[in-house]
Amino acid sequence: MSRKPAAPPADRRARIMITPEGLALPVTIAPRASRAGALIIDVMIIVTGLIIFQMVMQWIAGGLLDSTGFDLEGGETGAFEFLIILFALVVFVTWYGYFLVQELGPRGATLGKRIVGIRVAARGGARLTPEAVIARNLLRDIEIFYPLITLVVLLVMANTGQDIGILGWVAAGWFALFLLFPFFNHDSLRAGDIVAGTWVVDRPRTKLAEVLSTQGAATANGASEVTGARYDFGEAELSVYGEKELQTLERMLRDAQPDALKAVHAAICRKIGWDPGAGDERAFLEAFYAQLRAKLEGDMRFGKRKADKHS
Amino acid sequence: MKAPIISSWFGRGTVAAPPDIESAALRSDRFRLEREGEWRRLEDIIARMERGGMRRIADEDLMALPALYRTATSSLSVARETSLDAATLSYLEALVQRAWFQVYGPRMGFVRWLRGFLLGGWSRAVRALWLDICIALFVMVAGTIVGWLLVAQDEAWYYRLFPASPGEARVPGASREQLLEVLATEENASGLSAFAAQLFSNNSAVCILAFALGFAFGIPSLLLLVHNMALLGALLWLYDGQGIMVELAAWLSVHGTTELFGILLSGAAGLHIGRAMAFPGKLPVLDAAGAAGRRAAVVMVGVVIMMIVAAVLEAFPRQLVEGTQNRFMIGGTMLLFWLSYFFLYRPAPPAESGAA
Repeated sequence: MSRKPAAPPADRRARIMITPEGLALPVTIAPRASRAGALIIDVMIIVTGLIIFQMVMQWIAGGLLDSTGFDLEGGETGAFEFLIILFALVVFVTWYGYFLVQELGPRGATLGKRIVGIRVAARGGARLTPEAVIARNLLRDIEIFYPLITLVVLLVMANTGQDIGILGWVAAGWFALFLLFPFFNHDSLRAGDIVAGTWVVDRPRTKLAEVLSTQGAATANGASEVTGARYDFGEAELSVYGEKELQTLERMLRDAQPDALKAVHAAICRKIGWDPGAGDERAFLEAFYAQLRAKLEGDMRFGKRKADKHS
Repeated sequence: MKAPIISSWFGRGTVAAPPDIESAALRSDRFRLEREGEWRRLEDIIARMERGGMRRIADEDLMALPALYRTATSSLSVARETSLDAATLSYLEALVQRAWFQVYGPRMGFVRWLRGFLLGGWSRAVRALWLDICIALFVMVAGTIVGWLLVAQDEAWYYRLFPASPGEARVPGASREQLLEVLATEENASGLSAFAAQLFSNNSAVCILAFALGFAFGIPSLLLLVHNMALLGALLWLYDGQGIMVELAAWLSVHGTTELFGILLSGAAGLHIGRAMAFPGKLPVLDAAGAAGRRAAVVMVGVVIMMIVAAVLEAFPRQLVEGTQNRFMIGGTMLLFWLSYFFLYRPAPPAESGAA
């Protein structure tokens, strides 16, 4: 096989979307597990809601029967029938309305999808339309719920001794085909997504982190708060590392773990041939980060980029 | 660590003062600090739009939104070329993506869409499927004839099409009176509404199945149509044998014109998707299927509405209205109504029609 070595999962799910302004935006395809989880949460919410609704209705209907003194045999009064129709309509409207209204809302996600942090979007940067949302939700029934119900009915029939023949296997195959559908295409689309032209992506939630070059020893004439020393690095020392190492260092400085900083400090000192001291790691790293970034960004403005330490 | 910026969660457009711009050692950080206020304002507006629609957004914020969005996109493209601050870059990417979803999000909610759908969108979608409707209609007529001919040749086919259930009066060899009894009216409406609800879920399941099976190049949709219509053909043959086919047709037409029309449309919708996948033309298969699926989905919402109407007609007027003529009148009126709604009712499409 001449395939490239498998990328880490997050990269394999990364896609590029072009906005109308011509800007390439990275999007991440939602993992199949979160989508399944979201659906389970949604179904549980709907079913719980309907059960509560039915219990309230039964309570009302029970009161109705008691107060009018009807026995259950003749209980099909107008009001009783009205409750049955009401319930059928409520089930229908809840089942479709729950998904349609929420996925057409500004978040593009049902409650379950919001909980797991994903949303529906039109493939390739188009506008999400009501038609697309309707199509993907209509197909969900055929993909999952009808075969599931058919299977359950067939199992019950088989248990009561009726001959169901090959039908059970057909239903099971149908169910498996659509359930496994997302595993056999690039963007983990289910059949409904293909028909509707949508995909499900991760919802980004990134808070703006603080500016590093205004703190501590990273400022222009910043000195260590502990020792008062100023760290100045020369051209040779700063050209050891590239952008990848710079951004690793940035991550370390932001989620500061003193032990990890110590190790990084020692590694950098070894690399640039300094004598690692102790006790002032943070100031050293802040100064090194700021000066390395100043150098790399300066080069960048002249079109010179250094991806990592090997280049 | 600085205190979390609570004011930006609650206040409108107020953001915490960023650190002094002059204190930043790096040009890229100065770039960021100069624009940070606008980014945070955009984030604040976006967050409020995500939470609760447009009504809670002040007019000046809404006016500023496109400009803020463009500021953020241009900040992102500049930052990509000048800044190595990974945190800022990923923040901007996330911010622009969220803003993009709002600026280029669905133009309308479900209720507004439904209004546009009833006032023209539905009939437009049906007319767009005219070729598939013609094919499906042909297949349905052929299916009826096939059903008739099959049963006429060999009565055993009748039992294959209708597995006999005990107490079923509609079997070959039944007398004229038995057959007519099925067509008679019920005495009153009690119990019929529950019957209607049950019929409705049954019929719409058949329709949604016909639509969804279009996924397999439309062939199962057509087979389903043939099967359903063969049942009708067999039934017609049975009643024709006793010379009461007109009565049966009247009895069926009350809800049948609506229901068969709905089945026709759902079969056509399934066929439309199947055809787009088999013959995608110049588009990639996925794009062709997507475009066809969105058109067909509109028709399917309409079919569900037609099934509700059909179930109500089936449960009430069909069982309560006596007389061949009255029954034909109801059925014919419904058919006329649907035909004129779909093919004569042509309001001008809204100017900014995004459906394509």
